[in-house]
Amino acid sequence: MKMKGAQMVCEALIAEGVKTVFGYPGGAIMNVYDEIYKQDGFEHILNRHEQASVHAADGYARASGEVGVAMVTSGPGFTNAVTGLATAYMDSIPMVVISGQVPLSLIGTDGFQEIDAIGISRPCTKHNFLVRELSDLPRILKEAFHIARSGRPGPVLVDIPKDITAEIGEFVYPDRINIPSYNPTVKGNKRQIEKAINAIVKAKKPLLYIGGGAVLSNASDLIREFAQTTQIPAVETLMARGVMGAKNPLLLGMLGMHGNYASNMAMSETDLIISLGARFDDRVTGKLSEFAKYAKIIHIDIDPANIGKLVNVDYPIVGDVSNVLTKLINGINGKVNPEAYSDWREVLERYDALHPQSYEDSNKVLKPQWIIERLGELLGEEAIITSDVGQHQMWTAQHYPFDRPRQWINSGGLGTMGFGFPASLGVKKAKPEKTVVNITGDGSILMNIQELVTAAEYKIPVINIILNNHFLGMVRQWQTFFYEERYSETDLSFQPNFKALTEACGGVGYDVSTKKEFDEALKDAIEKDKVAFINVQVARFENVLPMVPANGALYNMMLPTKNIEAKETK
Amino acid sequence: MNEVRRVISVLVENESSVLSRISGLFAGRAYNIETLTVAPIPNSNHSHITIATKGDEKTLEQITKQLHKLIPVYKVIEHNQMVEKEMVLIKFPIEQNLADIQVLCSAYNGGIVNVGEEMIIGMVADEPFRVKHFIEASKRYNPIEVVRGGVVAIER
Ligand SMILES: Cc1ncc(C[n+]2csc(CCOP(=O)(O)OP(=O)(O)O)c2C)c(N)n1
Ligand SMILES: [Mg+2]
Repeated sequence: MKMKGAQMVCEALIAEGVKTVFGYPGGAIMNVYDEIYKQDGFEHILNRHEQASVHAADGYARASGEVGVAMVTSGPGFTNAVTGLATAYMDSIPMVVISGQVPLSLIGTDGFQEIDAIGISRPCTKHNFLVRELSDLPRILKEAFHIARSGRPGPVLVDIPKDITAEIGEFVYPDRINIPSYNPTVKGNKRQIEKAINAIVKAKKPLLYIGGGAVLSNASDLIREFAQTTQIPAVETLMARGVMGAKNPLLLGMLGMHGNYASNMAMSETDLIISLGARFDDRVTGKLSEFAKYAKIIHIDIDPANIGKLVNVDYPIVGDVSNVLTKLINGINGKVNPEAYSDWREVLERYDALHPQSYEDSNKVLKPQWIIERLGELLGEEAIITSDVGQHQMWTAQHYPFDRPRQWINSGGLGTMGFGFPASLGVKKAKPEKTVVNITGDGSILMNIQELVTAAEYKIPVINIILNNHFLGMVRQWQTFFYEERYSETDLSFQPNFKALTEACGGVGYDVSTKKEFDEALKDAIEKDKVAFINVQVARFENVLPMVPANGALYNMMLPTKNIEAKETK
Repeated sequence: MNEVRRVISVLVENESSVLSRISGLFAGRAYNIETLTVAPIPNSNHSHITIATKGDEKTLEQITKQLHKLIPVYKVIEHNQMVEKEMVLIKFPIEQNLADIQVLCSAYNGGIVNVGEEMIIGMVADEPFRVKHFIEASKRYNPIEVVRGGVVAIER
């Protein structure tokens, strides 16, 4: 069929099964928006900032496992999208972003709203394309979706000059992919897997180290089965919360800078790490020379570059976690005695009893940890939780009882403040039947606050809970510990009236400073079924603990009972 | 850590931004590039890129793996058994002794390629360390300009 390039874009999106596109129009992408107007194959959500569009597409992808799609114009539209691309890139989220570009004839002339999108996005996309001929467009779109979701997933940018979207050509959407230079390894090497099995059989203190790749690979059921049959204890990274399930007795908790005592000690004492889609990030390992000193390492990862990048690996296995784990489960059947590790598990239980994840509640002031625990009691498995970046994010990861993968959505690798709210809109579009709650801070929320308008217009009823400490709390915590309490530019005492602001934009707002008020506000917000802001006044000087200082040894934690005297509220 | 030199060949799809993908990767991840050469492979839509780099073993392993991750990269070859050559052109003032320069160039597998009214141009193609020696040796003839070509290598 003959059609304009702009229509080809829409047809390709429909062929890929895209239901929702998040975006913002402008000159260079107007031809495509004209076709969006005429079609009804997918819905378009007009965010109020391109960064929010990309985060929303990202949230959609994280919640659904499908490729998220965002659309922006050239120049400032594209540059606004860069933080969104980088956020998705660092967490390996499958996404296709389509950007308008100035016409081919103007490229390189510093034309109006021209910017080198390919150059800027190269280091923060899995791949990018500049479309130079209309006849390439269908193939490029097909490849973009394929590259985004296959192998180690990631965002792909397709930059389309305006004259290409105006030109008319023949449209055939290819049904086959042919990229000879791109063949990700998904099946683990048999011999390596056998070696790994032998290592597991020999180990006395094995430990499952589960990362975000386990979520991306939908490996949760297999991991639970593997843990169950072998009775090997497990720790999760920030990105893997929910994979084992909070109630699972084999789960020790989250490890790393704000991991719990038992998890970090387990990592420090294990003799065999079985790494499942984790990448030994510095926020996880602490000081590398002190990290897991007694352990041999089995590293299962779809990206060969992750293996041996930071730690030396004894049993490298390149492949998709689910694929490898299926073989591992088959191979290990009957070879391990679940009793074999009972001494090890006992040691870890004692560690946990010694320093459980805890905080001191107060009857004078709301503790942020209480809010998270309470939210967990009230919503539990049912809700999907997104977050921004800061103390509130860590408290949520520590205290919310995540029960399944894709229930916890946050920016881990890049740590992007302003991610949570727009991402929650994408999550709600992907999973409308779920209650979606964004846990945010008084700093982060202002970085994409304009999305109140989007949420109100499209009736996307997400609930934002601001753990309001009148601080850039996480930075303030570092200033308390490491900068002798010089609170340089972190005091957020000057605040908007969040309740009024919400209501001015068409949402519902609540001011909360007691437990009772919190329960009531949450109940009311769920019933009202509108975008809501629950502004919770919490203890100002609360610290996230345990804490491993940056580049400290993982076993040297600052613990709630020792070291720290958290100042009570002013 | 011990830095070693390594020559890597990268076979890539001929697409306009592939070179920037590779040089950007090296810059962004703080890898060294000593020399980099590119040329299309005849009768194909591929190009052959040769990179001479330096780093410790871990870094060199990462370089290979990260290169391989780039979508338009077909093949990454870390050379062990290779024939490695580099070309250099040197311009000398016409006052210098033509015969001396001729002898020097031929000692390094080269010769004089041009003699004009004002200058003499010598060319040498040899192993990179020999090219270095040649440049050293040519200093006594007051070279005006030295242009090195970068390393090319082929596995043997
Ligand atoms: C875009 C961006 N800018 C700066 C930072 C650095 N940063 C990390 S946490 C934080 C404070 C966040 O404050 P708030 O949202 O109030 O959360 P809290 O820590 O108080 O819970 C800052 C500034 C960041 N992560 N992202
Ligand atoms: Mg705050």
